[in-house]
Amino acid sequence: MTQSQNPLLDICNLHVALPAGSQREFAVQDASIRLHKNEILCVVGESGSGKSLTARAVMGLLPKPHVRVAKGQILFGGDDLAKVSDVRMREIRGSEISMIFQEPMTALNPVMTIGRQIDEVFRFHRAMVARDRREKAIQLLDDVQLPDPRRIMDAHPHELSGGQRQRAMIAMALALDPRILIADEPTTALDVTTQAQILKLIKDLQSSHNTGVLFITHDFGVVADIADKVVVMQGGQVVETGTADEILNRPQHSYTRALIDAVPSLSPRAPRARSDEVVLKVDHLDKVYGGGRAFFGLGREARKVHAVNDVSFELRRGETLGIVGESGSGKSTVARCIVRLIDAESGTILLENTDLRPLGRAALRPWRAKIQMVFQDPFASLNPRRKVGTIIAQGMRLMGRPAEEAESRTRELLDIVGLDERAFDRFPHEFSGGQRQRIGIARALALDPEVLVADEPVSALDVSIQAQILHLLDEIRERMTLSMVFITHDLRVAAQVCDRLAVMRHGKVVEAGSTGEIFANPRHEYTRELLGAVPGKHWDPRQAALSA
Amino acid sequence: MTGFWGRFARNRQAVLGLGILAVVGLIAATAHLFFPEDPFSLAGRSMSPPGANGFLLGSDSLGRDVAAGIAHGAKTSLLIGLVATIVAVCIGVIMGALAGYYGGWIDDVLMRTTEMFQTIPSFIFAILLVAIMKPSIESIIIAIAVVSWPAVARLVRGEFLSLRNREFVQACHTVGMSDVRIMLGEILPNCLSPIIVIGSLMVATAILIESGLAFLGLGDPNIMSWGFQIGAGRTLLRSAWWVCTFPGIAILLTVLAINLVGEGLNDALNPRLRERS
Amino acid sequence: MTTAGKRARYVLKRLAQAIPIVLAIVILNFLLLQLAEGDAVDVLAGEAGSATPEYMAELRAKFGLDQPIHVQLARYLWNVVQLDLGYSFRHEMPVSELIVDRVFATGLLMVATILLAVGFGILLGLLAAVGLNTWRDTAISIFALITYATPLFWVGLMLIVVFSLNLGWFPTSGMENVAMFYEGWDRVFNIAHHLVLPTITLSLFYLALYTRLMRASMLEQAGQDYVTTARAKGLTERRIVFVHVLRNALLPVVTMAGVQVGALIGGSVIVESVFAWPGLGMLAFEALFARDLNLLLGIFLLSAVLVVAVNLVVDIIYSMLDPRIEVG
Repeated sequence: MTQSQNPLLDICNLHVALPAGSQREFAVQDASIRLHKNEILCVVGESGSGKSLTARAVMGLLPKPHVRVAKGQILFGGDDLAKVSDVRMREIRGSEISMIFQEPMTALNPVMTIGRQIDEVFRFHRAMVARDRREKAIQLLDDVQLPDPRRIMDAHPHELSGGQRQRAMIAMALALDPRILIADEPTTALDVTTQAQILKLIKDLQSSHNTGVLFITHDFGVVADIADKVVVMQGGQVVETGTADEILNRPQHSYTRALIDAVPSLSPRAPRARSDEVVLKVDHLDKVYGGGRAFFGLGREARKVHAVNDVSFELRRGETLGIVGESGSGKSTVARCIVRLIDAESGTILLENTDLRPLGRAALRPWRAKIQMVFQDPFASLNPRRKVGTIIAQGMRLMGRPAEEAESRTRELLDIVGLDERAFDRFPHEFSGGQRQRIGIARALALDPEVLVADEPVSALDVSIQAQILHLLDEIRERMTLSMVFITHDLRVAAQVCDRLAVMRHGKVVEAGSTGEIFANPRHEYTRELLGAVPGKHWDPRQAALSA
Repeated sequence: MTGFWGRFARNRQAVLGLGILAVVGLIAATAHLFFPEDPFSLAGRSMSPPGANGFLLGSDSLGRDVAAGIAHGAKTSLLIGLVATIVAVCIGVIMGALAGYYGGWIDDVLMRTTEMFQTIPSFIFAILLVAIMKPSIESIIIAIAVVSWPAVARLVRGEFLSLRNREFVQACHTVGMSDVRIMLGEILPNCLSPIIVIGSLMVATAILIESGLAFLGLGDPNIMSWGFQIGAGRTLLRSAWWVCTFPGIAILLTVLAINLVGEGLNDALNPRLRERS
Repeated sequence: MTTAGKRARYVLKRLAQAIPIVLAIVILNFLLLQLAEGDAVDVLAGEAGSATPEYMAELRAKFGLDQPIHVQLARYLWNVVQLDLGYSFRHEMPVSELIVDRVFATGLLMVATILLAVGFGILLGLLAAVGLNTWRDTAISIFALITYATPLFWVGLMLIVVFSLNLGWFPTSGMENVAMFYEGWDRVFNIAHHLVLPTITLSLFYLALYTRLMRASMLEQAGQDYVTTARAKGLTERRIVFVHVLRNALLPVVTMAGVQVGALIGGSVIVESVFAWPGLGMLAFEALFARDLNLLLGIFLLSAVLVVAVNLVVDIIYSMLDPRIEVG
């Protein structure tokens, strides 16, 4: 890799203008990025950093006419892509520069077969006969390691899994052996094990074809796994550029340092003493979805899914139990069964020696307050039509607390979760994602629960906000001696938050134990696979923080 | 609510619609002042063209004043349109809310019923109902409501179905809130926008159905309506074009205005949709 | 299983699902009949002029009208299954025969209307969406907005005033010029000539509906991710619009076309009565005036069943257009 040669792609002083009346004038401001042959350049930043729009500007895919390149050049070969004609841009797209996207489901046309969608690339860029095109397409699907390429050719996108769809997208993007591949968060929508496979595939194909890859991501773990060079963006500006080693281990800019500092380390935190008092005991919990017949027995027999299969665990006073697993593992269903949002078929949910599972509505009511929940989506978890004060106080009022008492307690809670008291009379839409999550936590604390069930409470948040919320949860748990069930797909988060872990797959707990033990010595094969798939596992952000 | 009016006023078509609607409303409200006589009564020479014999819009074969008919007809159209829509929206919201919230067999039963009502050709069904109940303003309102509610029910069911699993609703369950309170206090306010939009568009449809019924001779025989005027004037097409033409324009303008207002409401209440187009 | 086999099973399944709906409609029909004031005997007695209460009771026993309601319902169901829809005392003919006589005329009008409305609706919607915010889009949108608000019967009357009375291009009423005794192609042309105005009248409203729907659907699809992908592949805008967007945008239009068939039948009552088109709608209009409830209910039942059948066909077409529908 010689840096002296001319760059494949040279973005100079790029300005992308937003429509008048937006929060800021430029989505991307004065960004300069150089991509060389045979290298993977990661553009990393939080939401709103302008990283995605930079990528789209290169492809000429900005949402015209509102968003446009205002200044600067995008030099590629002999062309300035910021000014090139539509015809030339079309020639370049798909043949010299290709792109893959975050959502492989929506990025493929749902009513067209995979084969035809790949075929289009050849038809528009090369003069080839139909049989050659088909042979080449099958070859491509084989190259991205899709099983049974001939069957996949005739399949529609909905018949493939998420990972398979992303492989098909990659095959399509690499069909004409482009010089540059732009990947816009291509693994964000995928499970961690699938993500690891796709990352490996991209890296392998890149090195065998000497492609230059512009890889957009928010995840420093992914950066650590595949980047040769890194560009860090913040608020539309490039704040730091360097080799992967420089940025990851010796970051110079304060923002980069803060970002890396916020990445949870994979080494579990020091174990804490375990209490003897069992707060919550779940035994042989079972939940089956579907299987019922539709009206008059005419509907299609619904497929049975054993979402929770014989799950047992106990939660001691003051400890945090992490339930980790990929999507579809049943971890969220377990959480919802415990708080009785979903009725489990069988098993026991023992809280203070009372089995909550069979309780009816009325009998359950006094117990509701003892188990409260923090939800994942900070935008969906607050009623947009109610004021924040009402949202938090609602539970207390329902439990019969007088209005003044509920209000003063609500103001107290706002203070505890780090929000201004004035939030009381505002509506949820006036707050950012992180602030909303604080409101959600305040609501859950309002009834002084014994157990807090947190369902992916930070996975919708940017990494720096995520660190703040995790810190808040930790603080509250200490202060109120709460016990917590923490659902997450992110092993980094789990390592920093949880005292004990239960690893779930296909509705079953495959392994449980203390966090340190599981990370150091995973016994189940699936746990090993999960741990092996964590992006950036060989990189410890704390080392970077120390060196800085 | 300045935000709402600001967004509504940005749509010039919607403001135009609102203006027309205000004029129609004004005409309906003042009909008895300007035309105190019974619109069915003989008001002068029959078959007078517009402008002649003191008839602004002419008279028909029985000497009835077309303009008076239009003014009184406005009252009928707006009244029937509004009341029938309110009844239909109430039925639809209750059915849709129960089906969407509870799901399961309740959903199955209610939705099959809705499907059946949607399958039935609605206008013929309305004709049948009015014919069986004998034409009167009540039977017309009932008939229009009965054929209009399924659309509301489907919409509300869809909204409830997606909102009932929204996390803020689940949060209400975790503090032990009752189903009725969740449905009325938490979910319903969040689907008011689409209900208002579909309701406003339904007023337009109701007016069209009413005029169609009256045209076929199924109007309330004691109440003047635009459809009746056109129906009565159709035999005079050759000799007195104005008898049919003006009431038709009245229907057209009113329905158009309501549709424009409905779309304006849609744009103003669902800003996300507006940005897309 | 083969695709053909799967599709056959899908059709059977949809057919089975349609049965309860048809059954419910028949029962509703029966209840409406009960709701109406007076029964067939009252009607007969009215026809006869005077009838003693004893004679009416005897008649009721003869027709089974003194039986408990569930027995009457069972009887009614059995009659419907045998395609016996009762007797029209006005026309002195079985209802089913009267209906069969008129089905062709209405069928012709419906098919012509659907073709015109759906075809032109898709075309206009497409044109408007492709030329978004140009004069073409504005003109089409205004046209759709106005026709969407116009009552059918008024359009019909105005068309008659302009094209029949003033210009004399088209006949004012009827389906053919019976007095001319046309045969073969002459007759076909004559019927087609009569068909023009009723078809335009009935289709205008739906044309507006499909135009608006198609335009909205095209715009929505144009904002989807797969369109960005297609653009990133270097496809021309033409190809993107006509191959990628169009097929996806058609799906809601097809669904709507099925849903609207019921409304179309309702509209035909008005249009047929305006143009004296000798179809089911005209028959319904006549039955309405003669207070011939049996006949009205028969037409109602048949039109409902027709809608179920058309929806079935639309579902099958939809399943061929959208691979996501599980046919198996």
